[in-house]
Amino acid sequence: MFNTALTWSDLAFLAQGAAMTLAVTAVSVTAGTLLGILFGVIRVQAGPYWSAPLTFVLDVFRSVPLLIQLVLANAFQSIAKLGWAPFTTSCVVLSLYTAAYCTEIVRGGITSVPATTRRAARSLGMTWWQDMRYIVTPLATRVSLPSWIGLTLGVMKDSALVLWLGLIELLRASQILVTRLQEPLFILLICGAVYFLISFPIARLGGYLEKRWSPND
Amino acid sequence: MIEIENVRKSFGTLEVLKGIDLTVQKGEVVTVIGGSGSGKSTLLTCINGLEPIDSGRIKVDGTEVHAKSTDLNKLRSKVGIVFQQWNAFPHLTVVENVMLAPRKVLGLSKQAAEEIAVKQLTHVGLGEKLGVYPNRMSGGQQQRMAIARALAMSPEYMLFDEVTSALDPQLVGEVLDTLRMLASEGMTMICVTHEMKFAREVSDRVAFFHKGVMAEIAPPEALFGAPKDPELQKFLAATH
Repeated sequence: MFNTALTWSDLAFLAQGAAMTLAVTAVSVTAGTLLGILFGVIRVQAGPYWSAPLTFVLDVFRSVPLLIQLVLANAFQSIAKLGWAPFTTSCVVLSLYTAAYCTEIVRGGITSVPATTRRAARSLGMTWWQDMRYIVTPLATRVSLPSWIGLTLGVMKDSALVLWLGLIELLRASQILVTRLQEPLFILLICGAVYFLISFPIARLGGYLEKRWSPND
Repeated sequence: MIEIENVRKSFGTLEVLKGIDLTVQKGEVVTVIGGSGSGKSTLLTCINGLEPIDSGRIKVDGTEVHAKSTDLNKLRSKVGIVFQQWNAFPHLTVVENVMLAPRKVLGLSKQAAEEIAVKQLTHVGLGEKLGVYPNRMSGGQQQRMAIARALAMSPEYMLFDEVTSALDPQLVGEVLDTLRMLASEGMTMICVTHEMKFAREVSDRVAFFHKGVMAEIAPPEALFGAPKDPELQKFLAATH
């Protein structure tokens, strides 16, 4: 018979951790995606020369390990006396990190729409904005969706690093239980299963949308 | 009336239009022939302002196309253009492809736009294909859809840029028939084409472009029957 000291209240503690993971992910992916769309459009419209400073900053966010970004950002906000809570700092850093990747996804999506298709839209009298909204957005979304789903799942897992700022998210909650109960394998198994349960619907949603859109291609 | 006065246009160091003068009257069908790189397609994209020009003037019903004050989007709903590549919007059905611009640019209601779209699609023989996605159709059908899409804006002028060049030979006929029908209905058209037989049949005048210059323009009988320009003579000998 399988014995464990894990109680219902421990599971509730894990659930709270999962809720924190979800909250950090939701805020960061939402804000990061909106920023990424904005930066992506700017990069395409401004061209490589004028968007070089933006590209450089985003490259920094993409290449410096997230853990270092979190620790530095936390130190800076403290030095600058911004008084940010760890949750705020975590969300700001993760949002910028997400935006850096999302910018490239958006840029790739926009440039995948053939110039001739866009010219056809403009030749019908559509404005730049109408072309972006009714032609580029739906076509670019189809192209970008798989990468964006991948990014979202990646950010969700990377969000575990915010435990270094003292946030008790899913992984940190599991660690606390492991330390107390000394049942690492069982608890990490549950922790992994919860990560999977969160990821799976997102991945399936992506699969569903891809399938729904595919008959038009 | 489309008035083209001494239009010059370069891409980098390559001058593709070297002072073109051409006036097209309402109801007239003008075809433009000539070898690749002779500037004929560029001229069409300049007429509806998709390309800027370096000097000269293009006027459509008195409105100067390249003037800063000109509302190009308004002008473009008056001057339809169909390209070599039909450029269907792949995420929209055939009827939605045609409805989009009337709804968003002209501000028509969904019903009104749909009515126009169905009418134009039926006109080009695609009345059975309304709910189909473009990629399920042949190139010829997609090109006819592109023509219906342009016609749905009720343009007064139509520009056709080598609309049969990207089609399989057996599909060329159906698209040319559509153009013939438009010509017979009195649409003002400028067609850039490589189809000499078609040019001879439908045109009021045929213009021959060579290296950015309009070397000769004449009614089809004269231009094909008794070409004066030596380059045109060579061109016709090579294409017959």
